[in-house]
Amino acid sequence: MAEFLQVENISRRFGGLLALDRASFFAEEGQIVALVGPNGAGKTTLFAIITGFLKANDGRVFYGGDDITGEPPHKLARRGIARTFQITQPFAGLTVCENIAVGAHLHHARRADALAAARKVAEQVGLAPMLDVPAASLTVAGRKRLELARALAIEPKLLLLDEVLAGLNPSEVRDMVPVIRAIRDNGVTIVLIEHVMQAVMSLASQVFVLAEGRMIAMGPPDAIAADSRVIEAYLGHGASARMREAARG
Amino acid sequence: MRTYAAIAIVVALLALVPFVTASNVVLNFLVVALLIALVGQGWNVLGGYGGQYSFGHAAFFGTGAYVTGVLQVKYGVNAWAGLVIGIAAGALVGAVIGSLSFRSGLRGSYFALVTLAFAEVLRIIASVAPITGAGVGTLIKLDLRWEAFQFQSRAPFYWIILGFVAVSLLLVKRLEGTRFGAYLVAVRENEDAARAAGIDVVSVKLRAMTLSAAITAAGGCFYAQYFLFLDAGIAYGPWISVEALLAPIIGGVGTVFGPLLGALVVRTLGEVTKLLTGHAPGLDLVIYGCVLVLVVAFAPRGISGIVDSVRARFAKKERGHG
Repeated sequence: MAEFLQVENISRRFGGLLALDRASFFAEEGQIVALVGPNGAGKTTLFAIITGFLKANDGRVFYGGDDITGEPPHKLARRGIARTFQITQPFAGLTVCENIAVGAHLHHARRADALAAARKVAEQVGLAPMLDVPAASLTVAGRKRLELARALAIEPKLLLLDEVLAGLNPSEVRDMVPVIRAIRDNGVTIVLIEHVMQAVMSLASQVFVLAEGRMIAMGPPDAIAADSRVIEAYLGHGASARMREAARG
Repeated sequence: MRTYAAIAIVVALLALVPFVTASNVVLNFLVVALLIALVGQGWNVLGGYGGQYSFGHAAFFGTGAYVTGVLQVKYGVNAWAGLVIGIAAGALVGAVIGSLSFRSGLRGSYFALVTLAFAEVLRIIASVAPITGAGVGTLIKLDLRWEAFQFQSRAPFYWIILGFVAVSLLLVKRLEGTRFGAYLVAVRENEDAARAAGIDVVSVKLRAMTLSAAITAAGGCFYAQYFLFLDAGIAYGPWISVEALLAPIIGGVGTVFGPLLGALVVRTLGEVTKLLTGHAPGLDLVIYGCVLVLVVAFAPRGISGIVDSVRARFAKKERGHG
């Protein structure tokens, strides 16, 4: 079985803390897969390992059939893997357009072509009116869009989104969901880390649940929402039973 | 396009100076200021655009100077050939120091300290090695011919260094509009985001350092021909590392004209201090230090930054009234 993205038994230790304990998941081509779990479960660490920013102590990552474990980030970007950062990382001194153009340069050597491509991407994510604004002066919602735009600018085949909806208000979330769906419809496979469950439910076809470094459940979103292991991971031991009782009584 | 026009106008105006005055004091002052502008432009490529602050550009300046000088004195190589080889040698030293420090992931103050250390090591070696004349220094024979890159009057020297500065201005302006330039700035602004965008950060820094070193080495080669004397303290001494970073920081880091502007201001300041204090040794350095502190504290983007913000304020006012 060779999925488009296959993460196998990744373990990662930080000193005495086992942040990831043989975590595995996969994504089929053209799918949106969500990675959920309580804070500190290891989701961002797993992203960092897939994208080459961190080395795993154990386990392998396969992408399009190739073993890409341990390849540096810039090589993975050239293979078509893009990521966003949970804590937004803009090129603060540059304008929105210049920010996106840095990504666009990967496939456009000439400055003018990269800027033109950047403008197109900005339109796609709704940043077109802000092109000449310095990135440092964007709002949280703007910065999240910029993260997404920079990732899209490298024309990825696989897009890893780390909480691009966190910190947005409900109407901003409603604006972003169709943007993400449209990216998928263009043939990009998406893995998203997300706490905004409303978005996970409407976007993802498959959900993986990570808790304390272990993958504790997988399945379609509605099944996951009802899974007692998942509820306990979020709310503590015995919470599921208490909730059922409360519902009955 | 406007910047290219500005470069053309500034260079043309400066080129006219020898026709206006034959004063050796004025020309000598401008030659040294332009030399610092060139060396500073080298620093600006790596420090201003790439955000990698080097405290050791003397390593490249000195290599350019010594290679030009020693090749002529010990091996009878033509001075112009020495210039080309000196620039190449400086670039090579830049590539070696860069690959050692960037591959081991040194950033920020660690990078600054390592470059300082390399320059000091080279200075100490040069002060004992027989090939550089050790403590006696290297004296280039007087040979006032065009073919030997030596001239009777200062004007040709002035035009040559002005030519070097013009090329460096054009090069840096050109850099701004290329993919490499965009990558360099991206590395300065945010290394992680740069890596995620597919940028090989180490390779970008390394290329920038090589280019930076080559430009600074050209300044060293010119110094050797102009003063015809080198010793370890001149070629590899901290004074040139300080001038190299002071000019762009005061003029405006990461801007095309910053180093030229800064060099003129710094040299003027230095001369005025010397006049006022009657050549008290080291006092000009004290003044430099104070100016540097003031600029970093109150105008982190240098003179260019001040000009920009004043212009922005005026533009705002105009819009407000209109």
